[in-house]
Amino acid sequence: MARSAPAGGRLSGSRLTGDRLSGGRRSGGRRSGGRRSGGRRSAGRLGRRTGSVALELAVPAALLAAWWVLSAGSSSLYFPPLSSIVSSLWHVWLSADLRSDVLPSLEHLALGLLIAVVAGVAFGVVLGLAPVLADAVAPILEFLRAIPGVALLPAALLLLGIGPKMQVSLIAYGTIWPILLNTADGVRAVDPVIRDVARSYRIGTPDRLLRIVIPAASPQIVTGIRTALSIGITVIVFSEMVGSTNGIGYQILQAQRSFAVPQMWAGMVLLGLIGFLLNLAFREFEHVVLRWHRGMRATSR
Amino acid sequence: MHGAPVLSVRGLSKRYHTRAGERLVLDAIEMDVARGSFLCIVGPSGAGKTTLLRCMSGLLEPTDGAVLLDGERIDKPPDRLAVVFQDYSRSLMPWMSVERNVLLPLRAKGIPRAERLRLAREALGAVGLSGSGDHYPWQLSGGMQQRVAIARALAYQPEAMLMDEPFASVDAQTRADLEDLILGVREEFKMTIILVTHDIDEAVYLGDEVVVLGGAPTTVQERIQTGLGERRDQLTTKSRPEFTQTRGRILRLIRGDGCVQGNSAQGDGAQVRSDSQACA
Repeated sequence: MARSAPAGGRLSGSRLTGDRLSGGRRSGGRRSGGRRSGGRRSAGRLGRRTGSVALELAVPAALLAAWWVLSAGSSSLYFPPLSSIVSSLWHVWLSADLRSDVLPSLEHLALGLLIAVVAGVAFGVVLGLAPVLADAVAPILEFLRAIPGVALLPAALLLLGIGPKMQVSLIAYGTIWPILLNTADGVRAVDPVIRDVARSYRIGTPDRLLRIVIPAASPQIVTGIRTALSIGITVIVFSEMVGSTNGIGYQILQAQRSFAVPQMWAGMVLLGLIGFLLNLAFREFEHVVLRWHRGMRATSR
Repeated sequence: MHGAPVLSVRGLSKRYHTRAGERLVLDAIEMDVARGSFLCIVGPSGAGKTTLLRCMSGLLEPTDGAVLLDGERIDKPPDRLAVVFQDYSRSLMPWMSVERNVLLPLRAKGIPRAERLRLAREALGAVGLSGSGDHYPWQLSGGMQQRVAIARALAYQPEAMLMDEPFASVDAQTRADLEDLILGVREEFKMTIILVTHDIDEAVYLGDEVVVLGGAPTTVQERIQTGLGERRDQLTTKSRPEFTQTRGRILRLIRGDGCVQGNSAQGDGAQVRSDSQACA
């Protein structure tokens, strides 16, 4: 995506300005009007998609099968048979620990991310619309962003103590930066012609923000959220390992300390699965939200 | 058709600060646009045509002078003017359907929802896009996209429509179609239209009156009544002697000399489409 800022974003928007214009002046006659022929193309894509999904499933399935067979007779304390890992995944993580540890972790992650998205988009829009302010606070933002969220854990523990409040705050802090900076970038790159249209048709501030500025910046905002998602998982696990009495991270560490090795491995498999599924869900979200962007880019080539 | 002017430009000057110092772009422009008339502003590229139109629409503040709408001074975009921008692919919101693009400005006007829908559909019908409301702009051809922009302006129900080189980015055939479309729309909606162009043929073909800009800094060189009447046709109108005479006169004004031969008229910005009759 040429328009999307790289993960993490930058405050200087000039680099992006105008990118969307590539292919802007297209001649009217090149495309015949009306909807682009959808039927056959989408059928072909669906076929290819099914094929790639099958491939995506086949390779892990083969690896899992190999793991299962090779580890079946293992008596090693550190590398237990896959069957016992799966069993502990099912009987511990997804049964007894589901309510007490897994769901709270996800809840805190969701809440922290929600705060980061709302605050990040809000501040990002303000900074994007007020370049002078953005320049003024840029050094501070770059400094704060440079402090990894996990490094703030001792301070967060001191100020907020052990518990969900600390974890949610830490996640929100750790994940807000890519969202904020990408939003500011995206807003700053909104086409000046679009701004002129909004002004000349006297479109009010709420409509201007919600129907023009934020949608225009949405490709960058989505990129920021995707980066935030992976940061969020790191922060939640780490904060649970150090400053919590429950949660996935806490239970993984407990399992390791009590030599419940299959359970420890199962916790990691669980984290991998959660990350994978979140990514999948996010891809679907992106697919729907940025449909216009994909379509536009496809036609302007 | 001529009454009190709907839009007046009084002593308008625009000065830009550049690294090389101050540059006067527009110098004491005077202009009156009669209600219901079609005024074309023509001039070479770089003459500040777009700057003038932006001042007239309230998007840009003039350094000196004023723009009056029904006698009132404009200091910000008024709700009785609608602008059609040159680059349709940038002036429409690609994340909204065609119908939503047309509806968006109507929300701000406080028109009830049912009435908004009616206006939007009527405007889309007037530009021949009744069936395309659910499409996204980028699914349409360039000419159709500019029609959406025109429909958006029409649905806004302005007293005057300002158009900034609206047909400069489409091919010749589409351009001719859009020129005729805008003449039809003008008749149907009894709209005052101000159109900026660098194309002399277009200015003469469309306008009741042509304002010729030129010089450095840019001033009004002349105002010319085309006298071509209400009914116009790409073939017959353009072969009428009045048309070729007016066109030649404007070309001479813009070139700042006598007769021009051959293709030399190209490249100076203001163009005629064929040079054979430029010296008529």
